[in-house]
Amino acid sequence: MSHTTLYDKIWQAHLVDEQDDGNCLLYIDRHLIHEVTSPQAFEGLRMSGRQVRVPSKTLAVADHNIPTTNRAGGVEAIEDEQSRIQIETLEKNCAEFGIDHIGMMDLRQGIVHVTGPEEGFTMPGLTIVCGDSHTSTHGAFGALAHGIGTSEVEHVLATQTLAQRKAKNFRVNVVGDAPDYITAKDIALAVIGEIGTAGGTGYVLEYAGPAIEALTMEGRMTLCNMSIEAGARAGLIAPDEKTFEYLKDRPRAPKGADWDAAVAYWQTLRSDSDAVFDREITIDAANLPPLVTWGTSPQDVISINGRVPDPAAIDNEARRKATERALAYMGLEADMPVQSIEIDRVFIGSCTNSRIEDLRAAAKVVEGKKVSDRVNAMVVPGSGLVKKQAEEEGLDKVFLDAGFEWRDPGCSMCLAMNADKLSPQERCASTSNRNFEGRQGREGRTHLVSPAMAAAAAIRGHFVDIRDF
Amino acid sequence: MEKFTTFEGIVAPLDMINVDTDMIVPKQFLKTIKRSGLGANVFDEMRFRPDGSEIEDFVLNQPDYRQSQILVAGDNFGCGSSREHAPWALLDFGFRCVIAPSFADIFFNNCFKNGILPIALPQAEVYRLMSDAKQGNGTVLSINLEGQTITRPNGETIAFDVDPFRKNCLIEGLDDIGLTLKKSEKIDAFEAERNQLAWR
Repeated sequence: MSHTTLYDKIWQAHLVDEQDDGNCLLYIDRHLIHEVTSPQAFEGLRMSGRQVRVPSKTLAVADHNIPTTNRAGGVEAIEDEQSRIQIETLEKNCAEFGIDHIGMMDLRQGIVHVTGPEEGFTMPGLTIVCGDSHTSTHGAFGALAHGIGTSEVEHVLATQTLAQRKAKNFRVNVVGDAPDYITAKDIALAVIGEIGTAGGTGYVLEYAGPAIEALTMEGRMTLCNMSIEAGARAGLIAPDEKTFEYLKDRPRAPKGADWDAAVAYWQTLRSDSDAVFDREITIDAANLPPLVTWGTSPQDVISINGRVPDPAAIDNEARRKATERALAYMGLEADMPVQSIEIDRVFIGSCTNSRIEDLRAAAKVVEGKKVSDRVNAMVVPGSGLVKKQAEEEGLDKVFLDAGFEWRDPGCSMCLAMNADKLSPQERCASTSNRNFEGRQGREGRTHLVSPAMAAAAAIRGHFVDIRDF
Repeated sequence: MEKFTTFEGIVAPLDMINVDTDMIVPKQFLKTIKRSGLGANVFDEMRFRPDGSEIEDFVLNQPDYRQSQILVAGDNFGCGSSREHAPWALLDFGFRCVIAPSFADIFFNNCFKNGILPIALPQAEVYRLMSDAKQGNGTVLSINLEGQTITRPNGETIAFDVDPFRKNCLIEGLDDIGLTLKKSEKIDAFEAERNQLAWR
């Protein structure tokens, strides 16, 4: 094949059936499930007397609703009854249908999008789905990965396929040498700021260019993770030596001759030089400032040296109304400098930014300093393995000495389903992915930033330019 | 799934862009292991104060709109989380149709799986329907899925596009999994080929 994109190639390799009307059936290689979006799918299977077609292609881990403190007593000791029932239901469903389940007390337990790659469950060229929109994370490996609804979870369990229509191709070229202080998070926010939260709707994004090649695998996961915030169900990065290096010797990665054969195949997974994209943009990473969101949509992106927008200067009525609403919700004045915004909470965690490199970056900023008196700050590692690694490196000590809380792994305050949430009007510098109204707690106010920027804000009590820190 | 053919329903305006699924159903209601009962929680934080009392200004709390079945909203409706609880909550409240200039992909898909018809229309037509909706007083729109038209209170009809396959699934109330299982032989053949490489 020539003229084809990486997305085209993976799509074509998984096409089970194509109807004349463009509706297709795509084979699904890997399915991740968690406690929140799977119970109704299993219930559906039971009600219709259906089985799981290939149990070995599904992996379960609880993350959304799991407590991040006081876990010693195990699942039965979880205080919140509904949370406990949901987690127990996942365990029971997995046992009943023969699905591999990583339990809460297992060291490997973590956020599904951290655990999947750590296990080597995620690999290039595969189709990967999960009932969670941030499944786009796994595109960092050159896998076609996206979120699905619960009806589709049931469909994949029953048939190992998904009914799909092909998306369009959108290449995001990121050129230039990103300075040290520009992280994958800043690049992600820059992309969303540029194309908007609906800019990627109907497309699969492929991130390419020197600044993407320069990213580590963890950085690539951060970037692909936020593709959904730009409206794209999936984001992709062509696999390279870094990808193979990351996967080698992972528990579920191929071994021996299988590994060699897999790498040989993976090396073919890239867009042709003459591939045609329906849309392209280019972003220069060399000239990006550290970014912060000011509003209630991930596209509300602004430079750390910028000012909060003034609705009076916006012509489009829908946009102006949305901006007015966002400013009121966020408790901000038009035109105020971003660095004058004081914060109450800091959350370092989530499937976007909870991996070891994220924690190292934050710890480097925090080391030897103290969290501002006005700030309550917490670190929630993405998995038990990340937590263990961080503790071996002494990062837990750095955070604890500075006054951070050091928690057990889970989604935590990214979506605030468990006890970790903002109180009304509390303002949070968060390394997560969504600043929607109420996302981190009713009337809570979220600003999205990189781990280093969140850490610096924790120390100073307001946003600061990491370049001056 | 309930069949969707033709129906008339009260139309409610939600004149906002980027209505996300966290807004449609906040996370505390995702702890359920059932699909039903979420209508009580739809738009919870816009609809109720923390003490549970109603926020009178919110559209669905106004007497004219309590029985709404059609929602008209701004761009990029349903963005954010993949939670199918969002269409479950809308459906459980009584909504069978959402009209907006554009929708987020996952939400759009999830609607069809639950007998909700999402209709994307040009901005100018959404404005006209929004102004109908804002009249209140039990204003109804008539949706004809077979003929792909919306009839306004003044009798004007607006045509809309819908994927023929999805349209048929809605009209017949078809079960997606049942349809796919009719293609089991193709899946078997594909899988046998694919499994020749064990690591895949």
